Amino acid sequence: MADPKSGDTPSSDILVRLDKVERHYVMGQTVVRALDGVDLEIKRGEYWAIVGRSGSGKSTLLNLLGCLDRPTGGHYYLGGTSVGELDDDEISEIRGQRIGFIFQSFNLIPQLTVLENLEVPLFYQDIDPAYARQRAVDLATKVGLGERLDHRPLELSGGQQQRVAIARALMNDPLILLADEATGNLDSRTEQEILALLDELHSEGKTIIMVTHGQTVADRARRVLYLRDGKVEQIVKNRESAIHEDAVLEQ
Amino acid sequence: MIRGSTLRTVRLGVKNLMLHPLRSFLTTLGITIGVAAVICMLAVGEGASYEAQQKIKALGSNNILLRSVKPAELETQQQSSMAPQRYGLEYEEVEILRETMPAVRVVVPVRELNKSAAYGEFQVNVPIYGTTEQWMAVSGVKLYEGRFLVEADSRYSLNVCVLGTHTAGELFPFENPIGADILIAKKSFRVVGIYGPRDDSESGALAADGIVIPIESAREYFGELEIRTSAGSREFKMVQLQEIKVQIEGEGDKLEDNVVATAASIRQLLTLLHDQPDYVIDVPLEKLQAAKEQAQIWQIFLGVIASMALVVAGIGIMNVMLATVTERTREIGIRRALGAKRGHIISQFLVETVVLSCAGGLLGVALGIAAPMIVEAASGMKAIFVPSFAVLAFTISAGVGVLFGIYPAWRAAQMDPVEALRHE
Ligand SMILES: Nc1ncnc2c1ncn2[C@@H]1O[C@H](COP(=O)(O)OP(=O)(O)OP(=O)(O)O)[C@@H](O)[C@H]1O
Ligand SMILES: [Mg+2]
Repeated sequence: MADPKSGDTPSSDILVRLDKVERHYVMGQTVVRALDGVDLEIKRGEYWAIVGRSGSGKSTLLNLLGCLDRPTGGHYYLGGTSVGELDDDEISEIRGQRIGFIFQSFNLIPQLTVLENLEVPLFYQDIDPAYARQRAVDLATKVGLGERLDHRPLELSGGQQQRVAIARALMNDPLILLADEATGNLDSRTEQEILALLDELHSEGKTIIMVTHGQTVADRARRVLYLRDGKVEQIVKNRESAIHEDAVLEQ
Repeated sequence: MIRGSTLRTVRLGVKNLMLHPLRSFLTTLGITIGVAAVICMLAVGEGASYEAQQKIKALGSNNILLRSVKPAELETQQQSSMAPQRYGLEYEEVEILRETMPAVRVVVPVRELNKSAAYGEFQVNVPIYGTTEQWMAVSGVKLYEGRFLVEADSRYSLNVCVLGTHTAGELFPFENPIGADILIAKKSFRVVGIYGPRDDSESGALAADGIVIPIESAREYFGELEIRTSAGSREFKMVQLQEIKVQIEGEGDKLEDNVVATAASIRQLLTLLHDQPDYVIDVPLEKLQAAKEQAQIWQIFLGVIASMALVVAGIGIMNVMLATVTERTREIGIRRALGAKRGHIISQFLVETVVLSCAGGLLGVALGIAAPMIVEAASGMKAIFVPSFAVLAFTISAGVGVLFGIYPAWRAAQMDPVEALRHE
């Protein structure tokens, strides 16, 4: 199931390694095995989609990858660090420095303006506010919202909100961009725009992992992981992607 | 950097609070009232303390007063013979005090006579004091007209007298009393001066009713024997001096030490000289100290009662903050996902409670400065505002903010990020 070539590549290129990861929820008598022994390796610059039926454990896996949650069994190495052994502050720091989240429901803070929302991630990194502001303006411009800096989220359309959310996820220049059904709340045209934006980010070298329901969406990714009942069913590698990734790796 | 981020956290807190201005204002109101109540109560306590102290100061906190009293055993003992009861302070004790007590400025003997005084058809029954020229210094009075006693008056037992303003008005409604002769128990005394209260203190006003004559004259003309007739029985008593007023020298703390030390020596001396408890020693300063302590306890009590209002206000803040935390669960999840540590979440919410309570505290201080004046105007009760009350009350309010803000903030920080993000 793992990439057969992984043995040949230098280990520093392996960004994410899951080793028999489990996430079990104990609900009184019953145990819900949301993830049940997942092995996975993701390299720098790869573009992954996680597909599966509702309840198959996609969000659980993504939350683990994003260090929002911890495995109840097995090991998760992010860039060589074993996440399960970190304390809450260290894990928060990893989220703040290495992870960018994009959610289905945008999750912008309603009382803050676009600009302020963008500044939130850097606020917790003790980064020079002037730099943070400049970066926020730059990224807002990049996602096409340079004119809406002082608007509040509710004054924007869904697609625009998701663009803000993507810009926010890029603020800390993350190692991995995680998107949980990022286009689930959008119409198909807007979905295409957002996916195009993700493609662009991938071509710039970002590692992207997205959860999706739709096969067409999954086809945009270079690797697709099929989850079923908390287990990896299969991993499919799209052809054209390999060429592209090799190009990225050679840079 | 730390300061910068603190400032930004405060700004964020204020912004969040301003999203619900009415809610924030109402929450703040409790603290405002509490702080104002604390300041007001402390001011009322201070006022009470001030008034008590003023009363005692009027007695002269640099004085020690010795007074003759009839011992209890003489009081109960049936007077069988014509032999007079002898007790009380004596002339020679004045000399002993003058010579043995250090730090004593003056020792003033006072012989009080129970005689009536008359001028023509006008007659008064006022205390007649046989004393020395130093009496004025220890009695809270000053000279209004003419002259006071001089040393020669006593030395030659002159029959001169000085009238209190009030007594002078009663005896001489139409004339200037200076130079006139009045009769005290059929003896003629020439009026040489008029004295009156030094300020509007009570003791001064009291002294305005009275006549002062040289002590030697009192002794010579009227003796020590006093016969009092009451309800058919006769009482004979011999008391040389009704009072000895001792004034202590020194300033401030030095004075206090002197008074305390001298009072102790006088107590010792008098126990040696007297074989019966026929005197009392009154030290206004000791009463002043006791009154101060009393007032302080009272003030603390009032302050603590008023602080209850602050505790109630704190509970109100906590309640609102708990609701706010629940309401903003999703925001907390978002911030956690974006890298906020627990400490960041704690400080964010803690700052909001502290901002609330400090804003309330400031308003309360403003109200608390105005309140004592209102209390004074409305009730006549004296209330004195002291800046340290404001500092104290404000500090307590800020403390309340921290104390009652910790739990909601901690609750916010303990939330599981995944759960918080799922919250609707
Ligand atoms: N906090 C929890 N307590 C108990 N069970 C949970 C909890 N969170 C998730 N689960 C269970 O874990 C399993 C996987 O859930 P998850 O949210 O990962 O599914 P998903 O693949 O994202 O589904 P969807 O496509 O509907 O979002 C489900 O059976 C769910 O009921
Ligand atoms: Mg999901």
